[in-house]
Amino acid sequence: MPDFKRYIRQLILPGFGADAQRKLAEAKVLIVGMGGLGCPALQYLAGAGIGSIGIMDADEVSLSNLHRQVLFDEFDIGQLKVSVAARKITKLNSGIQLIEFPFQLNKENAFAIIEQFDCVVDATDNFSAKYLINDTCVLLKKAWVYGAVSGYEGQVAVMNNIHIPDPVHYRHLFPQQPLRNEFASCEETGVIGVLPGIIGTMQAAEVIKWITGLGKLQNGLLLNYHFLSGSWYEIALTPNPETPVIDESFFNKMNYNMECANEEEEMEDIDITEIDVRQLLKIQEEPGHFILDVRELHEYPSLDFVHARIPMSVLKESLDQLPQQPVYIICHQGIRSVYAAQYIKLHKGVETFSVKGGLTAYFNAVDHE
Amino acid sequence: MGIKVLFFGSVTDITIVSELSREDCADTDTLEKELLKQFPALANKKYFLALNQQVIHENCPLKQGDIVALMPPFSGG
Repeated sequence: MPDFKRYIRQLILPGFGADAQRKLAEAKVLIVGMGGLGCPALQYLAGAGIGSIGIMDADEVSLSNLHRQVLFDEFDIGQLKVSVAARKITKLNSGIQLIEFPFQLNKENAFAIIEQFDCVVDATDNFSAKYLINDTCVLLKKAWVYGAVSGYEGQVAVMNNIHIPDPVHYRHLFPQQPLRNEFASCEETGVIGVLPGIIGTMQAAEVIKWITGLGKLQNGLLLNYHFLSGSWYEIALTPNPETPVIDESFFNKMNYNMECANEEEEMEDIDITEIDVRQLLKIQEEPGHFILDVRELHEYPSLDFVHARIPMSVLKESLDQLPQQPVYIICHQGIRSVYAAQYIKLHKGVETFSVKGGLTAYFNAVDHE
Repeated sequence: MGIKVLFFGSVTDITIVSELSREDCADTDTLEKELLKQFPALANKKYFLALNQQVIHENCPLKQGDIVALMPPFSGG
């Protein structure tokens, strides 16, 4: 029996009791990702007394993590996230077991690792990992709790809830993994710290309900939170009969790193030139140059030099707005601009250049001058 | 009363607004076609449709007061 005094405040709740506490103590939960979602999920799951928690992340703590990953502090910068998290969480609750995985989940290790746990918290920040978690959990018949943020919105849902027949999973919503550059990442679009805090905490809540059997058992309910309006929008999910069957051969065929449509495969071969900020500053002085900003319209700051603007989201339909001449492309971090440069070169046949490091590098350079 | 259309996540990068209304529309396929005319970039966008807060996998008839949501995948964390 777990420590009665420690858990007294949840033990005395109606419907909770020693039985629920014992289920938590016997549970094994894997948290993939120790970032904005994973940190709060870990803190609350450890606090609640989950007996065994796996934590997985290959990254080290950096300064720009601290506004949202408040488990970490300034002294942790440069250290492995899983090591720091394990050290701190052991101080919070020494009665639970923490298993550190200081590397990424991949197709080769996913089965062996996920197999050891009862359920998985998806605290990742990319589609490759989400699809890999989904397919592995479907094959191994494990539930997983999806969480993600986009701009000022975040969402959470229990996927592959094996307690019910015909459970909904992620491929019922989006059968195919989006292309790598189809969606901008948090790194590129920004995120307000408290938002993944809310969503990660919601994920911990869903895990506790799933393990203890408390509350209502839904076959997939997507909760979408909007930070600015402070409101939740619920969408009931149902299985899509057209979703492909996920079996071993499906899994073996899948390339999670870059499962691409033909177009992206074609794009991989397009060589474009990356230029640095110094070269960009030189180009600005030449007459007749064409610089294109592919950030979305809501992204700041605005540029202090002459440029055209076509957001990535409408680039494909806007190619005729581009002149038949070399195009210098810039975005926030220099990730989307590579894709835009490849796309424009392929479909427009002009030379394209991507600014390495994007506006972040540009403003750093300009500030230092 | 009309039909209310809600946009979520990165779909609002294209639509700019987070909701709009339509006077009248026979079904969700027709609504999608009209939205594509208004926002051509939606053609290259992944999203699913929900009708009155329930995901739909096929064309559904619409009536006054219905709410349709366009939900793209989210991946940030």
